Amino acid sequence: MIEKIEDRELKRRGRRQLLMLAPVAVLGAFALPKLSDHLVAAGVRFSDWASGSLFRSEHLAPTFSNSEVVPFSNFPYNGYDVTDPGVDLENWTLTVEGDVQHPGEYKLSQIQALLKINQNTRHVCVEGWDVIGAFGGTPISEFLMLVGANTSARFLEVECADDYYESIDMPSALHPQSLLCYEMYGQPLDRGHGAPLRLQMPTKLGYKQAKYLETIRVTNVLRAGKTGYWEDQGYSWFGGL
Amino acid sequence: MANGEEKKMLPESQAVPPEQIAAENVPVAEAAAPVEVVPNVSKESPAARPAPVAAAQPPAEESLALVRAAYEHPLPIRITHWVNAVSLFVMVASGLRIFRAFPTFGPKIPERVLLDIPKSLTIGGWLGGALQWHFTFMWFFAASGVLYLAYQFLSGHYRTVLFTAKDISGVWPMARHYFLFGPKPPVTGQYNPLQKLAYTSTIGFGVLSLLTGVVLYKPAQFSALAWLLGGFHLTRLWHFAAMCGFLAFIPGHLIMVVLHGWSTFVSMLSGWKREPEYQE
Repeated sequence: MIEKIEDRELKRRGRRQLLMLAPVAVLGAFALPKLSDHLVAAGVRFSDWASGSLFRSEHLAPTFSNSEVVPFSNFPYNGYDVTDPGVDLENWTLTVEGDVQHPGEYKLSQIQALLKINQNTRHVCVEGWDVIGAFGGTPISEFLMLVGANTSARFLEVECADDYYESIDMPSALHPQSLLCYEMYGQPLDRGHGAPLRLQMPTKLGYKQAKYLETIRVTNVLRAGKTGYWEDQGYSWFGGL
Repeated sequence: MANGEEKKMLPESQAVPPEQIAAENVPVAEAAAPVEVVPNVSKESPAARPAPVAAAQPPAEESLALVRAAYEHPLPIRITHWVNAVSLFVMVASGLRIFRAFPTFGPKIPERVLLDIPKSLTIGGWLGGALQWHFTFMWFFAASGVLYLAYQFLSGHYRTVLFTAKDISGVWPMARHYFLFGPKPPVTGQYNPLQKLAYTSTIGFGVLSLLTGVVLYKPAQFSALAWLLGGFHLTRLWHFAAMCGFLAFIPGHLIMVVLHGWSTFVSMLSGWKREPEYQE
């Protein structure tokens, strides 16, 4: 619809309408680093909150046939620092702390005595690549039952022999496909993949799958600045798939 | 612009202040002449007008400097346009940074770099920083798209811009005009067929980038959608392709804005298009 408008009236309307758009210009203010740091940190927190709300404990990640699994030699060794922290596999124990009835040291044989699951699942790296691998281990939930963990606690923290550390939300830890993994491709974990024990969760990104586990802690409180090696540098804490 | 058209439409005008209607038979001044001297006289704010109206009345030919104008872009369209423009810029620049971390669509082993994106074209500083921008502005991008589409369809305004079967025959003459210096087809509406095709395509790119983005962000939660899109690897390729679609659209869009001049740019800010080429 074309109107006939007095020139000044048209300009006046334009100015009035421009004012209404001013809030959009506020977006441009976030080009300033001091503001944008806060904005994107809040954005990631919101995304993590949405991801946690979206997470369906009963929904399984896709699994694959043996023919879809990449050859073992094509499964990358992705160390952040060292590929072998020199774990003493003979005398290794897993320390269990926090909100559990039976804290203490657990041997690998005690973990291997629990329900064993083999699964071919997709390992997705935050960088964008992914590989389908074959993993074997016990569900984290089985182990938490063994140690009498309070599964209504909010978080699981792990510390690793290579000084890596991670924390995950309890619903993800209790997911039926979330494993304490001690085998890949039917063989005991090798040193490059985190021997003797690592996390393996097809509902989480690769950086959440901590290797060389030494300590597991059940807790309701995460320590600020110690939520995860990469998360403390800016990666999403939830890291869910 | 045709002065005959202006005269024909004059009596229907809603914008002429009542006190000026009596003077309508006075010849209309050249339409484009800017008039800035006298205080604003507006029918919408009679209280603000000084009391001695008659004394302040400007010379007739100046007050009747009428221009043709169309309210092309309602406020929801303009807001979503600019929010989308900002977020699309951020999504592309941060997305290129994310792509740098694994710049191929093949396997991890062996990794063959497909494209080396210059860091200067990206934002975020590193993968983690770029992901923060991406995971923040994806919400603005999605919200602007959803609100835009909701408004377009609820208001019926989409009819001005949606590319339909009857626009197909007009695409080639318009493309020939733009790219091969062919004759200019008559302007019949707010958007020509080529514009409709371009704008409608961007909606397709937006929908594709959102659907593929959802799958890349949550491939396990949305495993069925991932399967529909051909799996994780292909989805990553579609996501990139949607960005390429936007990158193909944006230069043309900006060039056309520049070629069509200031009034076109202002219309996406104020909503009002001064002196539109089309009639009706």
